[in-house]
Amino acid sequence: MAVAGVRHLEHNLLVYRRVWRGTAFSTLVSPVLFLSAMGLGLGSLIPGGVARFDGVSYLAFLAPGLLAAQAMQTATIESSWPLLAGFKWLKTFQGAIATPQGPSDIALGHLYWQVVRVGIVTGVFLLVALAFGAMTMPRAFLAWPAAILTGLAFGMPMAAWTATQHTESSFPVIFRFVITPLFLFSGTFFPIEQLPAAIQPVAWLTPLFHGVALTRALALGHGLDPLVLGIHFAALGALVVAGAAVALITFRRRLIV
Amino acid sequence: MPQGDTAPLIRARGLTKRFAALTAVDAVDFDVAAGEAFGFLGPNGAGKTSTMRMIGCVSPRSGGELTVLGMDPETQGPRIRSRLGVVPQEDTLDMELTVFENLLIYGRYFDVSYRETRRRAGELLEFVQLNERRDDLVEKLSGGMKRRLTIARSLINEPDLALLDEPTTGLDPQARHLVWERLYRLKQKGTTLVLTTHYMDEAEQLCDRLVVMDKARIVAEGSPRALIERYSTREVLELRFPVGVQETLDGQLDGLGDRVEQLPDRVLVYTADGESAAVAAHERGLRPETVLVRRSSLEDVFLRLTGRTLVE
Repeated sequence: MAVAGVRHLEHNLLVYRRVWRGTAFSTLVSPVLFLSAMGLGLGSLIPGGVARFDGVSYLAFLAPGLLAAQAMQTATIESSWPLLAGFKWLKTFQGAIATPQGPSDIALGHLYWQVVRVGIVTGVFLLVALAFGAMTMPRAFLAWPAAILTGLAFGMPMAAWTATQHTESSFPVIFRFVITPLFLFSGTFFPIEQLPAAIQPVAWLTPLFHGVALTRALALGHGLDPLVLGIHFAALGALVVAGAAVALITFRRRLIV
Repeated sequence: MPQGDTAPLIRARGLTKRFAALTAVDAVDFDVAAGEAFGFLGPNGAGKTSTMRMIGCVSPRSGGELTVLGMDPETQGPRIRSRLGVVPQEDTLDMELTVFENLLIYGRYFDVSYRETRRRAGELLEFVQLNERRDDLVEKLSGGMKRRLTIARSLINEPDLALLDEPTTGLDPQARHLVWERLYRLKQKGTTLVLTTHYMDEAEQLCDRLVVMDKARIVAEGSPRALIERYSTREVLELRFPVGVQETLDGQLDGLGDRVEQLPDRVLVYTADGESAAVAAHERGLRPETVLVRRSSLEDVFLRLTGRTLVE
């Protein structure tokens, strides 16, 4: 037997080989647009910006935040409609479990696939950021796994949720009321110290904050307090593990009836 | 693996499946021997698919005993499934992949090497006559072609036992006959077939032996021929009367055959000799609009056992 979940990853790669061209444009253009409009355009309007953002330009401050946010969005999308298609519209998961594969192979395979998919999207982002001068090597390489971890911290809980769903109706709601607010207020565009003091502790409870903080610290090489980084890492890791554990249960319940 | 020549490939005793308040399969017993073609015949909702899913080790039983290929689905699911070929009621093909890629990934699910899967996929596409559509997206195939591809896919692991849940439902007659012909060839090669159907002709064509299911239970078992002999007569005389006439006939049909069955739109007279019964009906002054003498079928068996017709 192959390692659990590897066949499901192969399936995803087979499909990706066929559809990657359709996603390539947005994967490349999205970081270009955000970094130029927000980083260069908006950044030029911020007086004394360099001093305020940890001694770096707004562009350099913004890039790791966007990177983590991009990972979050990619993983969340990848764990919503495409997964529901496997459960419900195409029923390819029902096809898979008629073989020696089981629900856990599909859940684990989905995790592997997200590493690949988020890795590609954030890898392209990093290349664009390097081209913009928004990041430097070799630190950009350290930010990469942090961004992928951030993606999984959203993707696995979302996958666990999708396995319980019979329609797509909850997905737009999650994007509007969870993903978008997190994108805006988790330190992506401005330090959370700019938020009202009463709200700042709340930021610590949101997963994207940890992802942005970890990715940024590694990308900039600033604020590398091992304890704080450890907390960020543990928060993200806990979400991945908890999400995967629940996914193993919900995938099984969905498929074995 | 301990498996003597006489051990059944599937053995079920008191096999039961419950979903909350609903009992989908109610304590059924059956055996399937190696090399035979075994059918579950019954209307929608009779419990055929639930039974198939339990055999396929994707649905745990709620009670009773079940062994498949000498193993217990509860503890040996993956090992059993590695030797099964499953054609589910609804196609589960990946529409985003080509015909060939669907076979390729399915072979991988069975841990067959890419090289070997490619070889088998080529043969199987030949077998189901989809060679020319090899590199087309599945999305573009007709319903009959998708069904044939699903059958090809189920054979990628060279299974000992093929489970086919309504393999031809929804296909046009031409496509059905092609599927039947391929399944017959498969049987000739020694693959054990278990299929569900609500088509009488399908069961008569393909099955050596079948069970009739109704309302979660098995109501009869035997070869198609034996079932017809036991529960029906050799021939059936079908009489169709003008609108309103059938209701006024009471008594006039008695004794025309061994048994008379009144359906909403026609009268069935069960008899060994349909022609003689037709003549007798005419002599009694009956003037039906149409008269048809036909051989008895499993449909008649089902009607006799349940009092209801089977399809539509």
